[in-house]
Amino acid sequence: MRAPDAILPLRAEGLGFRAGGVAVLQDVSFTLAAGPPTLILGPNGAGKSVLLRLLHGLLAPSAGRVAWDGPAPDPRRHQAMVFQRPVLLRRSVLANLRYPLFLAGLDRAEQDARAAEALALVGLEALADRPARRLSGGEQQRLALARAAALRPEVLFLDEPCASLDPAATGAVEQIIQALAARGTKLVMTTHDLAQARRLAGEIAFLHRGRLLEHGPAARFFASPETGEAAAFLRGELIW
Amino acid sequence: MYDLQAAVTQAIGLVAAGDPTLAQIVLLSLRVSLTAVLLAALVGLPLGALLAVARFPGRGAVVAFLNALMGLPPVVAGLLIYLLLSRAGPLGSLGLLFTPTAMVIAQAVLVAPILAALTRQVLEGMWEEYAEQLRSFGAGPARAVPTLLWDGRFALLTVLLAGFGRASAEVGAVMIVGGNIEGFTRVMTTAIALETSKGDLPLALALGLVLMAIVLAVNALAQGLRERGLRLA
Repeated sequence: MRAPDAILPLRAEGLGFRAGGVAVLQDVSFTLAAGPPTLILGPNGAGKSVLLRLLHGLLAPSAGRVAWDGPAPDPRRHQAMVFQRPVLLRRSVLANLRYPLFLAGLDRAEQDARAAEALALVGLEALADRPARRLSGGEQQRLALARAAALRPEVLFLDEPCASLDPAATGAVEQIIQALAARGTKLVMTTHDLAQARRLAGEIAFLHRGRLLEHGPAARFFASPETGEAAAFLRGELIW
Repeated sequence: MYDLQAAVTQAIGLVAAGDPTLAQIVLLSLRVSLTAVLLAALVGLPLGALLAVARFPGRGAVVAFLNALMGLPPVVAGLLIYLLLSRAGPLGSLGLLFTPTAMVIAQAVLVAPILAALTRQVLEGMWEEYAEQLRSFGAGPARAVPTLLWDGRFALLTVLLAGFGRASAEVGAVMIVGGNIEGFTRVMTTAIALETSKGDLPLALALGLVLMAIVLAVNALAQGLRERGLRLA
């Protein structure tokens, strides 16, 4: 059964990206279907963030293409992204939540309903009228998540959302991420944090030096990695 | 020879008594400069915001040209508007030369590049920060313009005040296109220049005091808004 507004599966075909003559990504192909979270794992500089931006359409590939194979006519409307450092508008928390909903063409009542729901999801109800940029780092990232969630995307891209947060804030963010996964949002998230990948992943895509070395169920990846690089990464060796 | 102390005392007396000649000159100055800044803002702010988000060949040259225009000498701006509005000029038939309207136009021409250049500076950094997130929301550069103007509102108020400071303090442009006609186009700066050369120091000093007070008030306001803005956004 496929909903008429579904955009998945997502197909990457021979994706490559070059910046300043350097190949950041080479020949990356895979298919992502609805289901548990996909974690894109790899050391810093492996090309994880670039891959996420290519999939979300923020960057144009130098080679290959990204295809959304679902029946929905406008895939852009059904995805959202949360960045490593949250980009919050210089407005109140509530106004930040309303902004993308307004751009999406929702009326004021629907904007308010979704904003209230998203605030409850991330536990920021009490801060609705605060200037967003006065919030703590963890609260800012929760607001960024709420703002993305309020769009009710089918696919949510998360680029190292906990990289600059302390353990308590990371825990809060992971809880929200799991709640979103539980309600059926397909999460595609980058991380270089093995422990976080073990906690969240349904499947793993392992990137190394711009190439996709492994892609499969998380349990299998962690139990018996197929490549030497992945095995070394799992042992905690410093690979790059 | 004149007695400086007596001149200062008389000047304070004129301000305190609300001398009608003085009041008329001050009010015309405010009307001309405020209208000019408003008109310049309608063009300069969107233009600056557009330049902050747009990427096109030759953009660097446009930015450099705009920055250079910030230093446009008021007398040159006045001369250009004079040539346009004079009897033989392309807009001569409008009969605007030596009217307050001509003064508004000249000051607006002087201030618009300042507002546009400062707006671009203020909003460009913000755009670098916002661009990816806004594109993720489906908003391109054109949609970003009103967003940036709103999010930069506190910084842009200080930009507007800088423009007002420039307009209210210049003498060259309004002198050339206004003609400093008593009771009609005489403003604070042109009156100060005239009264000083005539030797009527009390009136010149009184006007100078008012002008100083306005400039100080504007700067205090700018400072206050900046601090308030930092707290709020």
